[in-house]
Amino acid sequence: MSNILECRNLTKKFGPVTALDSVNLELVPGRIVGLLGPNGSGKTTMIKLAARLLQPTSGEILIDGMAPGAESKEIISYLPDRDFLPDYMNVEGLLGFYQDFYEDFDRERAVGMLENLGIDLSMGLKKMSKGTREKVQLILTMSRRARIYLLDEPIAGVDPAARDYILRTIISNYDEEAMVLISTHLISDVESILDEAIFIREGRVLLFDSCDAIRERTGKSLDTYFRETFAY
Amino acid sequence: MAWNYKPGVPIYQQIVSIMKAGIASGTYPAGSRVPTVREMALEAGVNPNTMQRAFAEMEREGYFYSVRTSGRYVTEDTEKLKDLRKSLSQAHIGELFRQLRGLGMKDEEILTAVREWTETEGREPAAGRKE
Repeated sequence: MSNILECRNLTKKFGPVTALDSVNLELVPGRIVGLLGPNGSGKTTMIKLAARLLQPTSGEILIDGMAPGAESKEIISYLPDRDFLPDYMNVEGLLGFYQDFYEDFDRERAVGMLENLGIDLSMGLKKMSKGTREKVQLILTMSRRARIYLLDEPIAGVDPAARDYILRTIISNYDEEAMVLISTHLISDVESILDEAIFIREGRVLLFDSCDAIRERTGKSLDTYFRETFAY
Repeated sequence: MAWNYKPGVPIYQQIVSIMKAGIASGTYPAGSRVPTVREMALEAGVNPNTMQRAFAEMEREGYFYSVRTSGRYVTEDTEKLKDLRKSLSQAHIGELFRQLRGLGMKDEEILTAVREWTETEGREPAAGRKE
């Protein structure tokens, strides 16, 4: 199986601060991968490099064998860690927006998921609660038929029911041709849906392994193991 | 999410245990069709690869079998189901004895206590019992 995302000595510095330090990783399609680390460990930097919102200082990142560019952008569906919904639009307008921008946007799929949530297409985005906005953003992101889904903190700050909904949405959109990378520090919430975990601290990859292998080897949950690894 | 998992044990193994208990209790009756990997993954709150691995293990152990085009079924091998019930019940009995011995009870006392319990508060419902 060829790598869908590969980092070779990937380094990113912001002035004197090294956000990512010689990261080497090889990720294959068909997996749901957790990018796990405390705040400030380099998770968002890594995702932004993959989404080509940042340029590496040195080393390289390859998307399906290519350097990030216009072509790679087409196969990446990215959910930023910030709310990006324009307040002046309604859901219908937003769907049109996605359809215009992304050829691989599956409108029917998005509408189906929105209907399941009881969201009216004429609803203004301004009127939505934080949890609903998060769900709508995830639905849009997962409704693209992409090869790589980059989800930056998709469950931060939502209630447990919304969190379950989001995790179920990720599972039900599983595609063996695609890889899902989820960054989060809420490990106990996501660990049952992950195939593999990347532990990252101070810009370095401490561990990259299958979750079941970690549980088997350590006799602990990922969450417990993480707390021990990152206890200062 | 829907199912609870213990730390330190691979999730697919825990799913295998839960599914075996489901077969023994009749949640998944002998010969019935097993939901798809995707449906079960959603129900169990795990990713489809994990569920696939659990299904593969269930097939390897002979509890599930695949029919090429129509899906996956629970075995109808009554001997196998009997053995499964037996091994699960052995595990429960073993656990009960470990716990009660831990409280300092002798095996004779445990047996007497179990009998007493079934005759009083733990009495079996008379009708509508599954067997």
